Amino acid sequence: MPHDHHDHDHLSPSGHPYREDQDGPLSYHQQMEIAVRELLVEKGVTTKAEIAAQITAMDNRSPAIGASIVAKAWTDADFKARLLASGSATCAEMDVPVEAMELIVVENTPDTHNVVVCTLCSCYPRNILGLPPDWYKQREYRSRAVREPRKVLSEFGLDLADDVRVQVHDSTADMRYLVLPMRPEGTKGWSEDQLAAIVGRDSMIGAAVPQA
Amino acid sequence: MTETSSPAIATGAPVRLKSIAPPGHVRCPWYLRGKTGVIERDLGLTGNPETLAYGVEAQQIRLYRVRFTMKDIWGDDADPASDTLDAEIFENWLEPTHAS
Amino acid sequence: MTNSATADAGRRWHDMGGDPAGQINRDEHDYALWEKRVDALMVIASKKKHFTVDGLRRVLEDMGPEAFETMTYYERWIHSITQNLMEGGVFTPAELGDKMAEVAARGASYGEASLGD
Repeated sequence: MPHDHHDHDHLSPSGHPYREDQDGPLSYHQQMEIAVRELLVEKGVTTKAEIAAQITAMDNRSPAIGASIVAKAWTDADFKARLLASGSATCAEMDVPVEAMELIVVENTPDTHNVVVCTLCSCYPRNILGLPPDWYKQREYRSRAVREPRKVLSEFGLDLADDVRVQVHDSTADMRYLVLPMRPEGTKGWSEDQLAAIVGRDSMIGAAVPQA
Repeated sequence: MTETSSPAIATGAPVRLKSIAPPGHVRCPWYLRGKTGVIERDLGLTGNPETLAYGVEAQQIRLYRVRFTMKDIWGDDADPASDTLDAEIFENWLEPTHAS
Repeated sequence: MTNSATADAGRRWHDMGGDPAGQINRDEHDYALWEKRVDALMVIASKKKHFTVDGLRRVLEDMGPEAFETMTYYERWIHSITQNLMEGGVFTPAELGDKMAEVAARGASYGEASLGD
């Protein structure tokens, strides 16, 4: 035992306090995670540094990346055209690699509102939006979004006019989807940074629209 | 086992999703089986995930996006019938609309 | 086998599109370190071709609806990752069992079992 775990200081062998989420009783699945991780390192499949780097990379992925892509599309018509024609290649221009087969960017217009769901699992454009929210992975959203999308959107506070077509995307295979929301009124002359600040995660899934 | 797939189906062509129910890892959502839609776009060739899922070498098959109206899927219960849904469907789940 | 999409014979639990379901719970939580590690192991091991995302999904599906309702997302993932790695011959069940026992013997908390790391 590296230290007395009843000790109130609760320091790790390195002398630093454990992170809060390190202090709970060890669960069976945590035990499995540690064991698998150590076996993969021992067998040369990966290294501790590679795992740490992957976690850092994932921590750095957040809806802010998607928001910057949306803001650029709002201010640069050529970029937007390229983005809609080839999502992955165009994100690569901004140093955002998309680790799926292809990113498909779907544009909201006055006539069409896009919303994304994955009914079979929980496919999500994690390189652009970070990890998905819990609701995206749960039964209620996955079941209902393809059957009664307007009702679902209404629960998110988004009531669409009858003359707007709802276009649902069931993202069940190898593509990933990003909704390009409409630029709201009252944002004329705004910088890309100002615009990006109003683009929330849910608006890029299609469950909300940005407000100026 | 990497021979290429059948010729591509044209965008806009009507297709029906097979109404079969095999066990195992399959990629055609249940609610779309037996439904008719149109090819929205051809997404090119990719390894068949229904084979890759078992850790064996997979044939390259074509992936499409198929568009349905809500009425195509849910019938007269759809609200509203003109809303649409696109789903990614692999070619092995498609059949011509004239097949019975 | 023929079926119609109205009969449910052969329908699998995870294939839930169109099912009636309740109100969406929009509570969110941050991921713990061990969950991020599970995610990282998946990304790394699949990138290195030890298994595929399709294989991850297959095992998650085969775990059944009870696992979906009673286990957390990353608990299900580490189970599936482990199963796929054993199927791929990366380690054996006995090697994993020995390592898990070694891990558990280190202490009662995650931090201790993970050697403070």
